[in-house]
Amino acid sequence: MASTPYAAGIVAGRLSSSDYAAHFSDHEPPLDPHEARVAADRCYFCHDAPCITACPTSIDIPLFIRQIATGTTDAAARTIFDQNIFGGICARVCPTENLCEGACVRMEAEGNPVEIGALQRFATDPMIARGDHPFTRGAATGKRIAVVGAGPAGLACAHRLAMKGHEVTVFEAREKPGGLNEYGIASYKAPGDFAQAEIDWLLQIGGITIRTGTALGRDVTLDALLSGHDAVFLGVGLSGVNALGIPGEDAAHVQNAVDFIARLRQTTDKSTLPIGRDVVVIGGGMTAVDAAVQSKLLGALNVTIVYRRGQERMSASDVEQNHALTTGVRLITNAVPVEIRADGAVAFEYTLDGDAGSQRTGQTFALPADQVFKAIGQTLTAPAGVTPEGRKLGAGHLGGKLWAGGDCAAGGEDLTVTATAEGRDAAEAIHAALTR
Amino acid sequence: MADLSSTFIGIKSPNPFWLASAPPTDKEYNVRRAYDAGWGGVVWKTLGSEGPPIVNVNGPRYGVVHGADRRVLGLNNIELITDRPLEVNLREIKQVKRDYKDRALVISLMVPCEESYWKDILKAIEDTEADGVELNFGCPHGMAERGMGSAVGQVPEYIEMVTRWVKQYSRMPCIVKLTPNVTSILPPALAANRGGADAVSLINTIKSITNVDLDAFSPFPMIDGKGSHGGYCGPAVKPIALNMVAEIARHPETRSLPISGIGGVTTWRDAAEFMALGAGNVQVCTAAMTYGFKVVQEMISGLSQYLDEKQMALSDLVGRAVPNFVEWQHLNLNYVTKAQIDQDLCISCGRCYAACEDTSHQAIAMSPDRVFTVKDEECVACNLCIDVCPVEDCITMRELPKGSTDPRTGRVVGDFADWTTHPNNPAARLAAE
Repeated sequence: MASTPYAAGIVAGRLSSSDYAAHFSDHEPPLDPHEARVAADRCYFCHDAPCITACPTSIDIPLFIRQIATGTTDAAARTIFDQNIFGGICARVCPTENLCEGACVRMEAEGNPVEIGALQRFATDPMIARGDHPFTRGAATGKRIAVVGAGPAGLACAHRLAMKGHEVTVFEAREKPGGLNEYGIASYKAPGDFAQAEIDWLLQIGGITIRTGTALGRDVTLDALLSGHDAVFLGVGLSGVNALGIPGEDAAHVQNAVDFIARLRQTTDKSTLPIGRDVVVIGGGMTAVDAAVQSKLLGALNVTIVYRRGQERMSASDVEQNHALTTGVRLITNAVPVEIRADGAVAFEYTLDGDAGSQRTGQTFALPADQVFKAIGQTLTAPAGVTPEGRKLGAGHLGGKLWAGGDCAAGGEDLTVTATAEGRDAAEAIHAALTR
Repeated sequence: MADLSSTFIGIKSPNPFWLASAPPTDKEYNVRRAYDAGWGGVVWKTLGSEGPPIVNVNGPRYGVVHGADRRVLGLNNIELITDRPLEVNLREIKQVKRDYKDRALVISLMVPCEESYWKDILKAIEDTEADGVELNFGCPHGMAERGMGSAVGQVPEYIEMVTRWVKQYSRMPCIVKLTPNVTSILPPALAANRGGADAVSLINTIKSITNVDLDAFSPFPMIDGKGSHGGYCGPAVKPIALNMVAEIARHPETRSLPISGIGGVTTWRDAAEFMALGAGNVQVCTAAMTYGFKVVQEMISGLSQYLDEKQMALSDLVGRAVPNFVEWQHLNLNYVTKAQIDQDLCISCGRCYAACEDTSHQAIAMSPDRVFTVKDEECVACNLCIDVCPVEDCITMRELPKGSTDPRTGRVVGDFADWTTHPNNPAARLAAE
């Protein structure tokens, strides 16, 4: 590992081992008990609290915070898990500034919300760490349900169904369950293999069998699932990646950001991961930020996010953007890629946001690049036999025995917390349909 | 800078902030640090009779009630009077007073209720050059079981008797420290006055259990699995103390009796409130025990700024609020107000709504987009919405002008009229007949 930050090309070991350890440790360390008490005390216990409304899973936030404040952390955890079985990972990855914390009345009062995300982590971590599962399975119903996709939507659905006493089989194409929790989240947001630990804890409910390495359409057909089960839930996510559609896109140094992020998560020794010296990330969402920040953390010297429209239109939250900027990532907005050159550099053209959308200006520039990540969105690969409604599947009940939820389904933002809510709600609907 | 120098029953001090007789004033070392920090006076920790010193517990002496972020809201203690030999205390008092002639130094005393004990202790302290004595008729724990402290303060006849002895055997100014552990503070204050006290000081601590250990099932502070009641003090007791001070200050027989105000004084503002209700000076303990002696600097600068802003002398402040402390029956029933919510300041937390809707008069409306407004036809002006609102001045009370109609009662707002003349008052009807 004799590389340095200055070595050209895509190489591993740019940093010292201590740098890697520091860069990929817990990004936001948990609150200690005193910090939690102080943070909890700031909650006003609002009437019909706006934070609850802003939470896709409708967690009773004032109640769980009051339970923390009065020294009953497990009761707080139970309040959270009642609504959101992925309360642990959501506490780490939710863009709270756009959800609960953004709605906190203290934002209006002083621009400084109650630290709801950190408090949720404080409440949920101990119970998961102890392996203490708070729910028990209902009496067996004899109903069998297939869940396709072991991401947050699928597992939230499976857990709620199992609670009701149904028998659930989860079909997962990848080698591990978790979906984006396992493959799509920046490593520093959930270190210590938290996603798998959380799933192990979740599965303690019983009645859930996960068949990994089993892809719909390849290893099993939808017809077979429908005929062999009382209901089928599709939580297949968005497996396709949008293309840039420009010359040079096929070059070896151009990769999908989601693949880079997944590989990072699956690699224990980060020093073995090669990274470019000059990295260009194209996109404006959380995937772009996660790829850019982690490139920097792996030792890339120059990392630039280039987004085609104005900064205010980036879907990455302000907090995410600031995190990128303070990590040393450069941000260029209003520029679209036009060509990936033979020398690796990416040529861009400036744009102007106007009433008629983004317009090209004819003015160009180029960024040297030995590695380029595409992060311009993921797309649905619809399972055979299901007709999408536009770019996604329908939401909830698709008819007959078929339900859908999570990123693959219409409605809501593509977030772990939204997927969890949709999986949970589909489970309730399936249960209602099966026990009618 | 306003002049804060104070003369209380002839005792001069550079400011009206004294340290109360308590752990902080138990010995020379602490008292010198207090004077150096700026305290105007000190009431030395209570001395007992000559002989084997008092014994304290060797486990915890204090219990606490915490607010957010472990802010000390209330403290209770089971410490007894000084556990150091009398002659050591007397020697130290004399040395300190010699070095700090401009500061007040009062000695707190507690001996059995027999004339000879009081005669002896007064003689013993005669040549310390202390400025006065304070009779500890207040401590509710430990010593009370032995017939001293609050056991005396709860019997007006004893207060009067002992005060007479003290005035008989000493030329020193005499302050009688009262216990709040009584149904009314007036009989003890009147007794002190009859006995010739130069002043009363109050309140001493309140019998209390701060909390219970829910594993050991013992009150705090816990000594080997058991707890005893302690004396409660600190910010939590201030409202009780203010009322007792004010009751004495407005009573016809005690209104000219000087009062040293004690009970949760933590800031200059607390001190000013005590003084406005009739205290000639204040004594402090818990604030010093929580933050150290330096807090007096904020009290000095704060009271000084306040007096400057009001263009008042310290003496103008004393008792200024007493005429406005009246009995309920004299409150103006034709003073009609309505809550009003400043929509620009409102953060839409809904606490006013929850409080009013669930526990009061259903006088606040909530729109689907979380706009909260007062229903004048329901609002009784109880003030609860203002009390629970987290934003200062967001909700205020608006007085209905005379001649306008209260939409709740349909009655026109008239001139001053109180309960004494109200038609529903049987006594008022009788008087009219």
